[in-house]
Amino acid sequence: MTGGADLFPGPDRDEAERILGRYPQEHRQSAVLPLLDLAQRRHGGWLPAALVDAVGDYLGMPSMRVRELVTFYSMFHDRPVGRYLVQVCRTTPCWLRGSDEVLAAARQELGIAPGETTPDGDFTLIEVECLGACADAPVVQINDDFHERLDGGQMRAWIHAHRGPKEG
Amino acid sequence: MRDADRVFPNLDGTADAGLAAARRRGDWDGTRALVRRGREAIQGTIRDSGLRGRGGAGFSTGLKWSFMPKEPAPGRPHYLIVNADESEPGTCKDREILRHEPHKLIEGTLLAGVGISAHTAYIYVRGEFEAERRCLEAAIAECYAAGLLGPDACGSGHDFDIHVHRGAGAYICGEETGLIESLEGKKGFPRLKPPFPASAGLWGYPTTVNNVETIAAVPAILRRGAPWFGGIGRPQNTGTKLFCLSGHVERPCTVEAEMGIPLRELIEQYGGGVHGGWDNLLAVIPGGSSTKVLPASACDNLQMDFDGLREAGSALGTAGVIVMDRTTDIVAAIARLSHFYWHESCGQCTPCREGTGWVSRIMDRFVAGEAAPSDLDTLESVCAQIEGHTICALGDAAAWPVQGLLTHFRDELEQRVAGSSRILAA
Repeated sequence: MTGGADLFPGPDRDEAERILGRYPQEHRQSAVLPLLDLAQRRHGGWLPAALVDAVGDYLGMPSMRVRELVTFYSMFHDRPVGRYLVQVCRTTPCWLRGSDEVLAAARQELGIAPGETTPDGDFTLIEVECLGACADAPVVQINDDFHERLDGGQMRAWIHAHRGPKEG
Repeated sequence: MRDADRVFPNLDGTADAGLAAARRRGDWDGTRALVRRGREAIQGTIRDSGLRGRGGAGFSTGLKWSFMPKEPAPGRPHYLIVNADESEPGTCKDREILRHEPHKLIEGTLLAGVGISAHTAYIYVRGEFEAERRCLEAAIAECYAAGLLGPDACGSGHDFDIHVHRGAGAYICGEETGLIESLEGKKGFPRLKPPFPASAGLWGYPTTVNNVETIAAVPAILRRGAPWFGGIGRPQNTGTKLFCLSGHVERPCTVEAEMGIPLRELIEQYGGGVHGGWDNLLAVIPGGSSTKVLPASACDNLQMDFDGLREAGSALGTAGVIVMDRTTDIVAAIARLSHFYWHESCGQCTPCREGTGWVSRIMDRFVAGEAAPSDLDTLESVCAQIEGHTICALGDAAAWPVQGLLTHFRDELEQRVAGSSRILAA
C-alpha cells in the first residue's frame, strides 16, 4: 500500500481506488492489468521497470510477477514509444483488403520500419495481429482510436495532419 | 429472416445505444418478472431453446449452467464472466453488441447471473476495444442510476453487480481458463481441466464463462420463449446468429441471420456478393481463422450452422466468414494466420510454443517459393504433433488452417517448392 500516493497522485488516486473496488479485498492482484494500463497512460505510453515495480509494491506483488505481465501482454511497452502509436493490423482479413498498402504508406511517409520511432519521438510504427474489426478492414489503431477502411492515401493524410509544427 | 425474429435490431448502430432507446427496442421490459422466474426456470428455458455457445465451441448453454452448484455454499460465491475478449481473426460481432446493443448484454448478464445463482459478473473486454468499453461502461452506469443493477436489481430482490475488466492484448485470454488466470492478475496461461470452472473457477469459486453474443441473446429467449428460438434453424442448430463477412465481398458487414442460412445467400444478400461474382470465389474460411478453409467447390450448397459445416469438414466456430476471391494467394493468406498463432501462442505447452514457430517459418518458405521438397511432409508432421497435444485448443486452432490448406490446396503448395517447374511468377 506504500507509495500509492506517489504512484497515482491526485485524481489518479481515485481512479486507482475505483479500479481496486471492483475486486474483493483479498484479491487485489486482479487489478494489476488495469493499474499497469493507468500507470502507462500517465507516463508517456510506456512502463520503465521502476514504475512496474512500484505497481507491484502497490498491490503487494513480487516484482517478477508484474514484470512478466509487461512482456506477456502486447499492450504494455517496456521501451519508449512515440506520441502516436500507429498499429497496423497485418492479419488475413485486413491483408485481403490492402493492409500491405497501408503499411507501405506509413513506412514511406514516416521514413521508419515497423518497430521504430521517428527521430522527433512523435510516431512509433508497429504491425499488430487481429484487432477484431475485420468487417471494417483494413484497420489501424492509433493510440486508443480505430481508423477503419483505410487506404494508403488516407494513411498518409492522417500522418500529415498530425506532424509537429516543424514539418507543418 | 423475419424482422420480428431479430434479436439485435440496432446491430448496425443506426439508433442510439443508450437506455431510453434500448427500452424502446424492448430491453429491460418486465425484467423483474423474468428474474423472479428463478434459477431453475431460467436454466430450463435456455436449455430448451437449444442455445449453443456463440464463442466458437458451440456447447449447450443451458447444460453449461447446470454444471454450477445448485446454491452457493457459505463463503463460496458464484461468478459469471462474460467473455468479450473478441480476437479470433475474422470475428467482429461482439464489438457491435458492446457499442450498439450494450443493454441486451447487460440485461442478459443479470438474467444469466440469476440462472447460475451469481451476484457478481465480470465482463472481460479486450484492451484494444477502448471505445467499446466506454460504451459498455456508460450503459452500465445508466443501469445503476435506474436501479436496474446493484442491490435489489430491478426491484427483484436479487442483488447484482457488473464490473468491466480490461484485457491488455493477448488472444489466449479468450480461452476461458486463460481468461480467468488473466482476471486474477496473471499471465493468461490456460488451466488443465478438470477441475472445470463450474467447480473451481475465478479465485477458486464456481464460475461460468459465456460469450457476449450468447449472453445478449438470453433476454430475448426468456421473453419470447424457447419454442420461438428453437423454431428458427433446425434441431441442434437453433436460433439467429451473428455472421461477420470480411475479405473479398462487396460490402463487408456483421449481420444477424437465421442459423443454417446458405453461405451463398449470406454473402449475396447481405455482403453484396463476392468481388467479381460468385464464380470468382476461390475459398472461404467459414467460422473464424481457426476453422478449416473450404474451396469454392464446397461452397455452393453450404449450410451455415454447426452440423452443416462439420459435415463439410470445417466448423461454424465464431461465424466469422473470411471470403477470398481468385486473385488471392491462398498460401500467403494461410501463412498470415500461421504467423498469428505463432505470435499468440502463450508458450506454456512445448508442442504449441515450438510447433507454431515451425509452421510459420515453413509457411513463409512456401510463400517465398523457397520451400524444400521435404517441407510438405514436415508441415503435415508438425501439425499432427501440435494437434491434440496441448492444454488448450490454440494448438489445434493453429494446425487446422494449415491442414485445411493441405487438404484442399496441396497443388498450390507443391508449386511453391523451390525449383519446381510449375513455380508461379510471384
